[in-house]
Amino acid sequence: MITTSGLTKVYQSRGREVTALDGVDLHVREGEVYGVIGQSGAGKSSLIRCINLLERPTSGTVTVAGQDLTSLAGRGRRAGQELREARSRIGMVFQHFNLLASRTVQANIELPLEILGVSGRDRSRKALELLGLVGLADKARAYPGQLSGGQKQRVGIARALAGDPKVLLSDEATSALDPETTRSILQLLRDLNQQLGLTVLLITHEMDVVKTICDSAALMQKGRVVESGTVGELLATPGSELAHELFPVGGTASGPECTVVDVTFHGDAAGRPVISQLSRTYNIDISILGAAMDTVGGKQIGRMRIELPGRFEENVVPIGFLREQGLQAEVVADVPAVPVQTPAPLTKEVAK
Amino acid sequence: MTWSEMQPLLTQGTIDTLYMVLWSTVVTVLVGLPLGVLLVLTDKGGLLQNTPVNKVIGVIVNIGRSLPFIILLIALIPFTTWVVGTFIGPTAMIVPLSVGAIPFFARLVETAVREVDHGLVEAVQSMGGSIPTIVRKVLLPQALPSVVSGVTTTVIVLIGYSAMAGAVGGEGLGSKAVTYGFQRFDNQFMLITVAVLIVIVTAVQLIGDLAVRLLARRGRTAS
Repeated sequence: MITTSGLTKVYQSRGREVTALDGVDLHVREGEVYGVIGQSGAGKSSLIRCINLLERPTSGTVTVAGQDLTSLAGRGRRAGQELREARSRIGMVFQHFNLLASRTVQANIELPLEILGVSGRDRSRKALELLGLVGLADKARAYPGQLSGGQKQRVGIARALAGDPKVLLSDEATSALDPETTRSILQLLRDLNQQLGLTVLLITHEMDVVKTICDSAALMQKGRVVESGTVGELLATPGSELAHELFPVGGTASGPECTVVDVTFHGDAAGRPVISQLSRTYNIDISILGAAMDTVGGKQIGRMRIELPGRFEENVVPIGFLREQGLQAEVVADVPAVPVQTPAPLTKEVAK
Repeated sequence: MTWSEMQPLLTQGTIDTLYMVLWSTVVTVLVGLPLGVLLVLTDKGGLLQNTPVNKVIGVIVNIGRSLPFIILLIALIPFTTWVVGTFIGPTAMIVPLSVGAIPFFARLVETAVREVDHGLVEAVQSMGGSIPTIVRKVLLPQALPSVVSGVTTTVIVLIGYSAMAGAVGGEGLGSKAVTYGFQRFDNQFMLITVAVLIVIVTAVQLIGDLAVRLLARRGRTAS
């Protein structure tokens, strides 16, 4: 639905060049919620603004719903008719809502319809319908200044949906909201995604947002996409930074002679009582050092750090059992019988 | 001078002053508003970034603002005569008054428009809005309270200018104050003229403030 290839954006500032995007390839499938996460300055904002060409990419292409937007842009800074039409089919919500304070809630939602040239009666019908959809049917005549942050963002979302877009871009839509409001806004985005088949591309710096609603995610660092894929794929990638951030597991071996294993659950395996099966089958005691489980996109998913008694050699079979069950098992530590406490003889040996 | 002698002079003076100020305000707003908006749009990073145009407008505006009004008044006599047919009388004065106030008002509009949150512009761009749409639906409505307060300031400046215009063949309270109060040493008449001007200025300021408050209140408190 959204594809960028080799997207690069270089800003000129006082003769110096700052590369905000450095060859970003992104692919967002139709009907999914795609989260781009990264710290501030990673290039997320530039990325989302390049998708609807609010920022002109220095090079690379952006394709939304099969239409190459970069070819519509033209040479000048002004957006031509075709690009403006394409933009009207892409909704966008903003961190600071960007509602017009001098217009009522209803008039704010009607604004994109005015731009599209929809007649007065159709505008107000559509606006009221959208207000109902976002749960603010009673606020049509209020001014944005009278609303709470969460309500303002609902208006922002309703406004973004006015042109019946297939794609919604969300620029840190929940970053200015408190945790509870954040959850309700994310839930709303999820519902819209499912009810309307809306493809959502969101950028955020909060891992929780990705965890709560995203089907797929990408991690951005210094203008590059470092990792990307569906949440399941990311979890299945050994050493994935995103998976680790999404499901952080901690804990170190509790004693000598044991093996520490990170187990990743996703797909069907997550529903089965694998750990107790393992314990019963091999008659071993398993202690759980740390775990992070969650429901992502309606599926149980998570990681767990467990400790098995004995060295790795003794646990080859149980670990094999876990893998047979369709789980990912990664050996983190293999603790010997007597932990080496004096490194001095060791170095001598090495020296020999 | 007795009151019955003064009264028709004051009435005629007030009418002339209001006539000059009203019409020159209309012209100033009609020309200054687009000019101020254009200053923002053509500025660096603006929606219609165009450095040559921006520089030219900027220089003209600055020249207009730095000339003392009395000099402008005299320098414009040929232009005024060309436009109105004469350079004497209240109608003729509308020309120099407008020319003097346009640069001033354009700068006030520029400041007001520049303060509009860029996020709003971005939002309308993301909806597919064109530049005229952005100006009409975002920049002007959002800047309206500041622009109205700029109009108030401009009207008051114009009242001051119009008194000066009185010295160079215009009519109005300024001219009356000069002719009767100053040249005939009638201090009482002078004071009354000044008092009338103070009343007019105060009234304009009050009306302007009220309008700004009404406009700014939209969207803030309960309606």
